[in-house]
Amino acid sequence: MRDLLELTPEGLYCPQGDFHVDPWRRVPRAVITHAHADHARAGCDRYLCSSAGKLVLRSRIGAGSPIDTLRWREPVSLNGVRVSLHPAGHLLGSAQVRIERGGLTWVVSGDYKLQADPTCDPFEHVECDVFVSESTFGLPVYRWQAPEGITAEIDTWWRANRDAGRTSVLLAYSLGKAQRLAAMVDPSIGPIMAHGAVMKLVEAYRASGVRLPPIDRVPPRARRVGDGRGLVIAPPSVLGGSWLRLFGESSVALASGWMMLRGVRRRRGFEKGFAVSDHADFPGLLTAIDASRAGRVLVTHGFSEPLARFLRETRGLDATVLPTRFTGESSPDAAEEAEGEAVDDDPEPLAEAVEADADFGIGEAS
Amino acid sequence: MKRFTDLYWRLDATTSTNEKVAALRDYFATAPHADAACALAVLSGGRQMRSVSSGLLREWAAAATGLPAWMVEECYAHVGDLAETLALLLPDPSAATDGAGASLADVMQTTIHDLRGASEERKREVVAEVWSRLAPRERIVWHKLLTGGCRVGVSRTLVARALAEVAGVDQAVMAHRLTGGSLADGEAFARLLDAAPTDADSRRPYPFFLASALDRNAVGEVAEDLGPLADWQAEWKWDGMRAQIVRRGDDATVWSRGEELVSDAFPEIAAAAARLPPGTVLDGELLAVREGTLLGFGSLSKRAGRVRVTKKILEEIPCLFVAYDQLEAGGEDLRDRPLAERRGMLERIVTTPFDSMPAGSPADAVRLFLSPLVIADSWDGLAGLRAGSRARGVEGLMLKRRNSPYRVGRTRGDWWKWKIEPLEIDAVLLYAQAGHGRRAGLHSDYTLGLWQDGRLVTVAKAYSGLSDDEIVEIDRIVRATTLEKHGPVRICRPTLVMQLAFEGVARSTRHKSGLAVRFPRIVRWRRDKEPAEAGTLADLERMIDAGR
Repeated sequence: MRDLLELTPEGLYCPQGDFHVDPWRRVPRAVITHAHADHARAGCDRYLCSSAGKLVLRSRIGAGSPIDTLRWREPVSLNGVRVSLHPAGHLLGSAQVRIERGGLTWVVSGDYKLQADPTCDPFEHVECDVFVSESTFGLPVYRWQAPEGITAEIDTWWRANRDAGRTSVLLAYSLGKAQRLAAMVDPSIGPIMAHGAVMKLVEAYRASGVRLPPIDRVPPRARRVGDGRGLVIAPPSVLGGSWLRLFGESSVALASGWMMLRGVRRRRGFEKGFAVSDHADFPGLLTAIDASRAGRVLVTHGFSEPLARFLRETRGLDATVLPTRFTGESSPDAAEEAEGEAVDDDPEPLAEAVEADADFGIGEAS
Repeated sequence: MKRFTDLYWRLDATTSTNEKVAALRDYFATAPHADAACALAVLSGGRQMRSVSSGLLREWAAAATGLPAWMVEECYAHVGDLAETLALLLPDPSAATDGAGASLADVMQTTIHDLRGASEERKREVVAEVWSRLAPRERIVWHKLLTGGCRVGVSRTLVARALAEVAGVDQAVMAHRLTGGSLADGEAFARLLDAAPTDADSRRPYPFFLASALDRNAVGEVAEDLGPLADWQAEWKWDGMRAQIVRRGDDATVWSRGEELVSDAFPEIAAAAARLPPGTVLDGELLAVREGTLLGFGSLSKRAGRVRVTKKILEEIPCLFVAYDQLEAGGEDLRDRPLAERRGMLERIVTTPFDSMPAGSPADAVRLFLSPLVIADSWDGLAGLRAGSRARGVEGLMLKRRNSPYRVGRTRGDWWKWKIEPLEIDAVLLYAQAGHGRRAGLHSDYTLGLWQDGRLVTVAKAYSGLSDDEIVEIDRIVRATTLEKHGPVRICRPTLVMQLAFEGVARSTRHKSGLAVRFPRIVRWRRDKEPAEAGTLADLERMIDAGR
């Protein structure tokens, strides 16, 4: 019997339903788990995503192609295949795709996390026969601290910088992480500012009904910004450019799961790193996989080989690696950042939007 | 333990020299002396002992976490640091206490020193007990102490600077006090901080003055940078081991550049030194020479690594000392006098120039030689002599300013090593292995190969010389072109060509090629070359002759 999903040059394809999930090339119908660049490419004829994620997806793929939406758990039939979307907890509107036909159920999780996130709906466990799981942080050295602990660390760092008259620059992906951080920190410490690339998505989040504290856009063509009390949220790509000089004396920290490792922190020259991720940690991956009750698990980008072997040996599951187009393993220096960062520090908002959109179609990702 | 853990992480968190010194100063000013002595031993990078093997730790960690052993290895390969890997894997302690308030000295004694020679069960008990009460950030530091691999990114100079500030003495005085002394306990540490002058008859050597590399090949540039040749003293740059001979009171000792006492490893040198007048300190180079042939650095390391030297080793690897500077005469510190004057004094004590050494093994009586001056009437003439370095078995020339004092550390300007250009060949990357420390998790150690009969044969392992960005990029290519994985080593499809530099070629059984290159390092990534354009084994073989 044919599998419900197959790997084709365009990505994961459901032959019976004639649709792709997160295709990496242009296809007639794309079901999108979430709007990061390695999952949502511009140029498909028609998109399907969660209602919660529509505005964010639109801001990433531009106008043109129609986007159909589904409410959580609302089923639709695509050529006789029953498709529904369930929250994945990765970022606003991120979905797991449940696909059912002839009594057999697959779930494509996309990227997911189990930790609480004030900017999106929490991960929902969905039972299935075949579970397609990510494994970005699929080694047991990755265990996240509870969000309250990380929030306290970031607040402490910001407060100390503020008291020393230094601007706090927190680097994070423009989509998802940046908004989550803004919602996590204590806005009474000082003003929050954001890079234009982050701001554009802050607006999409707000338009989607997510409550965020007041955030000022770092003004274009400014000579000097802030008085050393503020928190600036910006994408990592501003490193090395002149943009950071806008703030005078500053302390720069990166918010990324890879910051768990001292070697990575030192190599990238960050004085401070916060191990906060929108991906599941190792225990989180196991919890989700166990709760799916799937007998077959396809492990994709990340530490797929060790995680699959671990699932086979400790749980007796039929666990194999699903080779994605980008065959590289997660690398602390590349993978997470590729989730849709195409950022310029062009002061013109319009030019920025255009360049950003143009880049999303070609951004490399894991 | 908490204080030291805080110091460790404070040093780790900053790249600023001033902040590092401030962290060290705060620590040394407040830590109990017994703790400070332990910390100083660790910080100065002295030899640390390993009381539990890393293999056992990994095995116990697997048992404690319920993870399969291969998963622990997988994590280690990714993290690149065993202490950190274990700290991250182990379950959180029920209630984290900072080493139960134990002092660093206590922790070192009870959980590290006392474990040496203890039974495996006893070690396991202690390790399990410590694991149960340390938080991850403390575990890392403790693991590093336990496995004898605790290195912090501070130089001896920074440690000396911080201690000098705490003690209120001159930095040079502190550097001298820190040199070669054994600071085993709190009392010794307290003496270190004594503002009064240090005992005159100590056996301590002087802090070494280190030469900087002169990155110039064109003689015109050298002449322009250094000025008239008459201002400079030229000597051969030997491939030996830098050392000081300290003759004071009834004592004669030999010290390595790492400021370790190596008299026992070189008893014949210590014996020869005993015949010098008391109050004499010489700076120079230990060389291994048998029957008039220089044996090279490898042989010397065999000698230096031994606690006791057997008669057989003494015969197989006879050593001598080539003196090039005198730092003390009649108990007087000469370091502020000009080199030309010091050289004059040296020539009166050590009279036999090394190049007039009689053939055959050196006689017992004659172990100390004078570093011969290399005389030329122009920079061009000197460059001509330098070109003959490889045939002579030396690495090039040393250039020392004749009117310069003997400085401390690697101060630029007065002492230059003008090494000969290395040999070079383009080689293909065949295997890659993940690095450690700053390069943890990145494939940064490469095994390179050359062509022979249409196949690539490995010739060298090398890793330096690439930028961080290049290493990241190569890491991605390595992952994408992996053919097989053997533990941490990946065999790659040959796609990358590296320009490999090295100092010489010799026949060897260690590499499949039957050739070994000396001091190999990568100069640059040849993005412009295909593997097919890389060098052949025959090219490398021809360099054996070129090097002679």
